Amino acid sequence: MHKRVVFRNRVLPYLLVAPQMIITLVFFIWPAGQMLVQSMLLQDAFGLSTRFVWFENFGRLFADPYYLHTFRVTAIFSAATAGLALGAGLLFAVMADRVVRGGVGYTTLLMAPYAIAPVVAGVLWLFMFDPTVGIVAHMLRGLGYTWNHQLNGAQALVLVILAAAWKQISYNFLFFLAGLQAIPKAVIEAAAIDGAGPGRRFWRIVFPLLSPTTFFLVVVNLVYAFFDTFGIIHAVTGGGPAKATETLVYRVFNDGFIGLDFGGSAAQSAVLMAIVIGLTVVQFRYIERRVVY
Amino acid sequence: MVERRPLWTFATHAVLGGGLLVVGFPLYVTLVASTHTAQELLGHFPLWFGSHVIENYARVLSAGGRGAGSAPVLRMLVNSLVMAVTVAVGKVGISILSAYAIVYFRFPFRMTCFWTIFLTLMLPVEVRIMPTFKVVADLGLLNTYAGLSVPLIASATATFLFRQFFLTVPDELTEAARIDGAGALRFFWSILAPLSRTNIAALLVILFIFGWNQYLWPLMVTTDETMSTVVMGIKRVVPTGDAAAEWNLVMAMVMLALVPPVAIVVLMQRWFIKGLIETEK
Repeated sequence: MHKRVVFRNRVLPYLLVAPQMIITLVFFIWPAGQMLVQSMLLQDAFGLSTRFVWFENFGRLFADPYYLHTFRVTAIFSAATAGLALGAGLLFAVMADRVVRGGVGYTTLLMAPYAIAPVVAGVLWLFMFDPTVGIVAHMLRGLGYTWNHQLNGAQALVLVILAAAWKQISYNFLFFLAGLQAIPKAVIEAAAIDGAGPGRRFWRIVFPLLSPTTFFLVVVNLVYAFFDTFGIIHAVTGGGPAKATETLVYRVFNDGFIGLDFGGSAAQSAVLMAIVIGLTVVQFRYIERRVVY
Repeated sequence: MVERRPLWTFATHAVLGGGLLVVGFPLYVTLVASTHTAQELLGHFPLWFGSHVIENYARVLSAGGRGAGSAPVLRMLVNSLVMAVTVAVGKVGISILSAYAIVYFRFPFRMTCFWTIFLTLMLPVEVRIMPTFKVVADLGLLNTYAGLSVPLIASATATFLFRQFFLTVPDELTEAARIDGAGALRFFWSILAPLSRTNIAALLVILFIFGWNQYLWPLMVTTDETMSTVVMGIKRVVPTGDAAAEWNLVMAMVMLALVPPVAIVVLMQRWFIKGLIETEK
């Protein structure tokens, strides 16, 4: 869709887009190009000479068993985080939608975690599960279960998943609630008159009508779990113990910024970029179909 | 609700109560912990507030979350505020201008600009960590407010939001303004900007939270502790396994880091929900 009425000016439009374009080119496009070039360069151990090696960095990366392990950790972490956050968000939204009085109070409180930074959410959960002072770790010990995420990799993974999912519940809750409120009441009333109980109405009518929201949220939650949770892992476990919680983004940061392996880090960045592009394309293809201009 | 079933109503409130517990309990524990001494937190965890509120918070604000050597949290809060406000205002400012140019003008490379802005969606900081750091370092922006905020200002989502909105503004309005002799800038300032007020407010709320909660970016561009933001400063005080950790001070710092954005979300609920739902459309 375009405007029928436009202004004529040779210079002004360029001045208007200039700030956005300059920042985009300097801090986004140029570094991304650099990253792609770098991913095909190999530096010797002393940083004296650099060779162009085509896709050797990528070959090295995918031959590295640790990298494949990182992929697996990321997959488990993202699937569990998205699943938990979506499930809880949907449950609370369906309940809040049923409430006649007091719904606003619940909504206000349930959306608070949205505003909390991932790293802060991580520290909240770290504190509750701290083996020495944590209140939940104490309770678990009372039940005869030893909790120590500093030694046990599986427990560390559970801890970061809980923190990441907890923060995302609000977001899913708000979107599911908006989706539920957009479903015409007449449809649900008609089903009720036909004798369908609440459970049947939900699975046969509400859930299918909610599927665009659900699909959108699955993509958003995966992007969140992939990228935005870096702070949680960096502050809570540092990728440990023994790389049990090392995700793709954490490793890019660690290899590049701490390990100074530029070629390898750039190749990993390129792999990440492919993942983001894939997810964005999926998201926009689907949105194109839904939004009518 | 379609029918009246007391049992279901009870179950509904029970589930929502459980939800509030899940969301609220970690926050409650943090608040309680920040009012005790470090010794009181060892052994049995206290379930009610202690009496060291002022002492703990004053110490954190003036001397930092962990003993001597770390920067005062007050300074970090100021840094966070400056960064969040600059990011929010900057993003809204440059996005509304570029959306205006793209919608209301025909010029060569118009679509090139549009797609270049679109590309930023696919290039989060995490994907270009090293080269972006190098650009910022080469420009001499490490440990400055400009380095903290300017690179985050480019925004595809805000530009799209304004573009969508401008496309719904009727052409008759533009024609009327032109007949009355208004130029492009006059039309923007006197008609389009006031019409966009609610969108601007909603975006400012969302983007303030976005800016305040940044972690990886400040971690990269600040090495000087007096320039760090409160959210990333938390990483420096998180205890790493030693028993003598001063959790009470850490939790006080955590409270200070999470109260401003949470307060904004709760107090500006209407703008927040509008901003959240609209930016994702």
